[in-house]
Amino acid sequence: MSLKIIVLAKQVPDTRNVGPDAMTPEGTVNRAALPAVFNPEDLNALEQALRLKDANPGSTITMLTMGLPKAAEVLKEGIFRGADDGILISDRPLGGADTLATSYTLAQAIKKIGDYDIIICGRQAIDGDTAQVGPQVAEKLGLTQITYTEEIISLDKAAKKIVAKRHIDGGVETVEGPLPIVVTVNGSAAPCRVRNVKRVWANKNREFTTWGAADIEADPAQIGKVGSPTNVKAVKNIVFKAKENKTLTSSDADVESLIVELMESNTIG
Amino acid sequence: MNNVFVYCELEGNKVADVSLELCTKGRKLANQLGVQLEAVLVGTHLDDVEKQVIPYGVDKVHIFDAEGLFPYTSLPHTSAVVNLFKKEKPQICLLGATVIGRDLGPRVSSALNSGLTADCTQLEIGSFDMKVKDAEGNLVEKHYKDQLYQIRPAFGGSIIATIVNPDHRPQMATVRDGVMKKEILDENYKSEVVRYDAAEYIPSTDYVVKVLDRHVEAAKHNLKGAPIVIAGGYGVGGPEGFKLLFELAKELHAEVGASRAAVDAGWIDHDRQIGQTGTTVRPKVYIACGISGAIQHVAGMKDSGIIISINSDPNAPINQIADYIINGTIEEVVPKLIKYYKKNSK
Ligand SMILES: Cc1cc2nc3c(=O)[nH]c(=O)nc-3n(C[C@H](O)[C@H](O)[C@H](O)COP(=O)(O)OP(=O)(O)OC[C@H]3O[C@@H](n4cnc5c(N)ncnc54)[C@H](O)[C@@H]3O)c2cc1C
Ligand SMILES: Nc1ncnc2c1ncn2[C@@H]1O[C@H](COP(=O)(O)O)[C@@H](O)[C@H]1O
Repeated sequence: MSLKIIVLAKQVPDTRNVGPDAMTPEGTVNRAALPAVFNPEDLNALEQALRLKDANPGSTITMLTMGLPKAAEVLKEGIFRGADDGILISDRPLGGADTLATSYTLAQAIKKIGDYDIIICGRQAIDGDTAQVGPQVAEKLGLTQITYTEEIISLDKAAKKIVAKRHIDGGVETVEGPLPIVVTVNGSAAPCRVRNVKRVWANKNREFTTWGAADIEADPAQIGKVGSPTNVKAVKNIVFKAKENKTLTSSDADVESLIVELMESNTIG
Repeated sequence: MNNVFVYCELEGNKVADVSLELCTKGRKLANQLGVQLEAVLVGTHLDDVEKQVIPYGVDKVHIFDAEGLFPYTSLPHTSAVVNLFKKEKPQICLLGATVIGRDLGPRVSSALNSGLTADCTQLEIGSFDMKVKDAEGNLVEKHYKDQLYQIRPAFGGSIIATIVNPDHRPQMATVRDGVMKKEILDENYKSEVVRYDAAEYIPSTDYVVKVLDRHVEAAKHNLKGAPIVIAGGYGVGGPEGFKLLFELAKELHAEVGASRAAVDAGWIDHDRQIGQTGTTVRPKVYIACGISGAIQHVAGMKDSGIIISINSDPNAPINQIADYIINGTIEEVVPKLIKYYKKNSK
């Protein structure tokens, strides 16, 4: 049976390679210095979606992203790798959203899409590492969730059942849940397949539907900065207080004298 | 009403360390605010479970004990907490930044329309001024006192952000295992215990996820309790380099930890990551090998006794907080450490 799959993907600044110019002198983030990338765990999410599509011919994958117009790049990347369609949610009043306002907005867009069996997201986005949006979207849609998923083992649309393996602290769990459901996928899950050349050629100039706040009938009080309970009170640049320290070279004499000093003071040994 | 709540996580009927650490922190916050500290426990067969939490200074324990509440699944625990909070109206709710806390916290915050900050490294009470619109639409300064400062490193680690949720309650935060210290306040602390009829709070339709199979293993290492930690970063260069660190660790009876860059590179297990999104350690000796010292990493090791940094870059930020700096490469220095330790310990 064919499935309607929605994948939530975010374009994020690549915080894995933060250089010294990542911050402006005013203490704000210098986005220009950080390349924008497909949030890594969202690629793992996409792969789980593609596997479901492989196993259930006729299924469709719709990618959904909220961000600046440039964020449509992740939609295109998803199409190159096998997704069918993409929708960008982008509008001025949506800016400055925290996870709660983001999840409200995504949930409104999902309600507009209407027909779905499963929503797959990454576990967390590397710009904040919050892992909040997936469960918050689930709650707003009145669905349950399977978080920290390693693998979707089976999905039976007729029986409305999904079985997945997930990580828990210190172990693993296999759980069975109902459909529709929200699944969040771990970075340790199967990596995403690469682009398909034919799809790249066919979709090079693909344009995407863009929805604004009005299109998804968003309550102005629940979106963007206004709809975000969290406020940043202050940001502080980090200045480590330099300690008094001893600097040594890698010479045999220096290394041995350090070892001896630490042993004599019973610090080691 | 208006109290500080800790959601206490359970494995069977044992309360997780991180929850007890949060009770200790919660006690301090409650004292500052002049309110009570309350704990919520949701599970199965929880006879006497309150005894584990009360000594940390918990004034009231809320217990939901019913079949189907262990192992944890999302909806029943969410309903218990959300429906309890609708009655109790806490001002603060703390949860572990664990798999369970990060599954539950966002659902609760979404249901109650409140803010949640993940992976806080400090929690404090303070005031906050914000410009708000008055009845005529003019911007006026509004003073909020007794706010929970949710403090965490942000954005690639170059900044520390203080987050507040002035207009929404509860103020919610998750904190990793080991970040706060647990301290028994009083073995004979007096507390009120309330056991609920779970069915009144949790609709039967919530039990939709079944746990078919579950394996939990005790941690393979004791990073949190090790007196000496040898941590490897991206500068270790690969799995071969980590072999060297394990060799040194064997000699020194130490544990091996890692930075996220090394974990992301796949050189070492994820559960050895130290930092804001890993484990917090406070060993007697911390040997940082090829670690630059990003704030997210430092957040998890800065309270170590003696810090030794081995780095080829003399300007690596970690050197700022080190007691001993060895300018050199891992390949060269670590074998020498092993050699001279062996030589001198004979
Ligand atoms: C939200 C968020 C959460 C994060 N959480 C964590 C966390 O919990 N823990 C964590 O560690 N990081 C975390 N990070 C990542 C963190 O910002 C840094 O990217 C990471 O700590 C860098 O790891 P590193 O020091 O090993 O690598 P690098 O920054 O690449 O540093 C490598 C160091 O090795 C030195 N070096 C290179 N070659 C050699 C050699 N041959 N011999 C000796 N030295 C050498 C270099 O001079 C350099 O100082 C987080 C990031 C974000 C955005
Ligand atoms: N702006 C967004 N657009 C689309 N998906 C998002 C967005 N923000 C978060 N997500 C999804 O939610 C997951 C968790 O994000 P976070 O809570 O920010 O860590 C991500 O991996 C994405 O799948």
